[in-house]
Amino acid sequence: MNIVVCLKQILDPEIPAREFRVDAARREAERGNANLVTNIFCENALETALQFRERWGDAKITVLSFGAPTAEDSLRKALAMKADAAALVINDKSSNPDPLTVAQVLATAIRKLGSFDLVMVGREAGDWGAGQTAGLLAEELSLPCVSFVDRIEAMNGGLRMKRQTDSGWEVLEAQTPLVVSITNDEHNVPRIPKVRDVMMSYRQPLTQWTLADLGYEMDDDKYYEVVDLSIPQKESRCEFVTGDTLDERVESLARRITEVTSAL
Amino acid sequence: MNDVVICLLNPAGFDRAAQGLAGAGRRLAAELGSQLKAIVLSPQSPAIPQEVARVADNVIVVDQGAYQPEPALSALTKVCSQLSPAAILFGNDTYSQEATPRLAHRLGGAAVGDVVEVMVHEKALRVSRQVYGGKAQATIELKRPPAVLWTRSRSFASANHLTTPGDITELSPDIPIDPRTRIVERKRESQSEQRLEEARVIVSGGRGIGGPEPFNNELKPLAELLGAQLAASRAACDAGWVPPTFQVGQTGKKVTPDLYLAIAITGASQHMAGISEAKNIAAINTDPDAPIFKHCRFGIVEDYRKVVPLLRQKLIALQNSQR
Repeated sequence: MNIVVCLKQILDPEIPAREFRVDAARREAERGNANLVTNIFCENALETALQFRERWGDAKITVLSFGAPTAEDSLRKALAMKADAAALVINDKSSNPDPLTVAQVLATAIRKLGSFDLVMVGREAGDWGAGQTAGLLAEELSLPCVSFVDRIEAMNGGLRMKRQTDSGWEVLEAQTPLVVSITNDEHNVPRIPKVRDVMMSYRQPLTQWTLADLGYEMDDDKYYEVVDLSIPQKESRCEFVTGDTLDERVESLARRITEVTSAL
Repeated sequence: MNDVVICLLNPAGFDRAAQGLAGAGRRLAAELGSQLKAIVLSPQSPAIPQEVARVADNVIVVDQGAYQPEPALSALTKVCSQLSPAAILFGNDTYSQEATPRLAHRLGGAAVGDVVEVMVHEKALRVSRQVYGGKAQATIELKRPPAVLWTRSRSFASANHLTTPGDITELSPDIPIDPRTRIVERKRESQSEQRLEEARVIVSGGRGIGGPEPFNNELKPLAELLGAQLAASRAACDAGWVPPTFQVGQTGKKVTPDLYLAIAITGASQHMAGISEAKNIAAINTDPDAPIFKHCRFGIVEDYRKVVPLLRQKLIALQNSQR
């Protein structure tokens, strides 16, 4: 079983709002002092793949990223988590490629990697959060897609997986090859690699391709274009309930709640 | 070439999300000088298409039985390619979220998700959505028709009823069985029949709640008292204290209640991204500098363990005095 896990390196989404700035002209977030990290749902995807291999054996996990040269760090970390192989497509053209471009580049790279049975991606990224990679990648590869998966098991000749829906969960059975998007749950919290494995990962081979190596040409027939990026000013003034005692303050809180809810 | 189409996938009812979707669709159609069409795929009750027909000029019903991802997508593609839509709008349920980018790809269009505003700008369609975990807002211009959008539909105003209801047509597109994926089991895990996205009052707990018991013993009775639904932050869901269906935030539910009571939630931007359309936010938190208070209408700086039991008593007393 050949599994490809796609990883995206992003600006650390945990940076506090007060430190977050945008470059309105470039319509990008400013890097500032923020770290670059692997998108959490991509790590959930890798963790799900690693657990699948541990349970069912006989799986080769290749991690793939399309991004800046720094994305190598995300791939090295994935190798330290015990992915088997890594490939990076260096984005030397657009700083913020649209979702269709990303899907086309990944599809081209996946085909170049060789035969595969399962492609796993995170449900969305903590930066632009478009949430389209899995769906568009499935279409580019002419494969079915299952979204919001949090568990995958092998089942005679195919896969059985659980996914989250807005009202609960569903179990699906699927044939391979297949594209899935992975969401988080308590079972796929990414493992922390050992320091030694992180150091070792820098000695492992890592395939690097340019867009030209893939024979991929960016076209101007864009999917969509970000025309404005701004930080909304939406702070409101909090009225802290007053009173001399806790009892009085909570009474006041109860009154405010009742006002708001009984007006419904 | 400029119709607006709204799609309801396997709807259980014509709820506020569907009404908001129809409202957004109607206003966009008016701006484009076109009609509003609706595709209702496998409605769970025969009354739903009739309700949709009160706000849409044409309603196309496709009954495929229980939802399956691949046949549903094939049916949508077939029906949409017989229309000539400028825009195809969906709600924010799971099925809509997974269908939109793939439908856009099959129709040669472009998709955007989690849309909170749709605008026509010099004949192009523009939408706005939150990015960077709610820390920024982006305006995006779609470059290929049709624009296929899933929206935070409940935050849109609903549409007025038409004087004459629209036509209802039933279509049975010939869709082959797709053996490659199949949903074999479905499980509802919500607290009631009402979706969290539809709730008017939400009581929500965060990491500071500290475990599953206080959710059950403290927050749940408070929610019941307020006729509210219970929700949680990502931290509380990841800890396994409550099911993932309770999660509100950028990667959970996007909710639009009239009151969102945040208990022991600091208000990380990824959480705030899920409640930015709430009418009123109130908070109980020990930290006066918690970011949540910057978004609150009112709040109290105190340990929720002290506040919540007392608050329940006070609310009961107030409710009794109003009878």
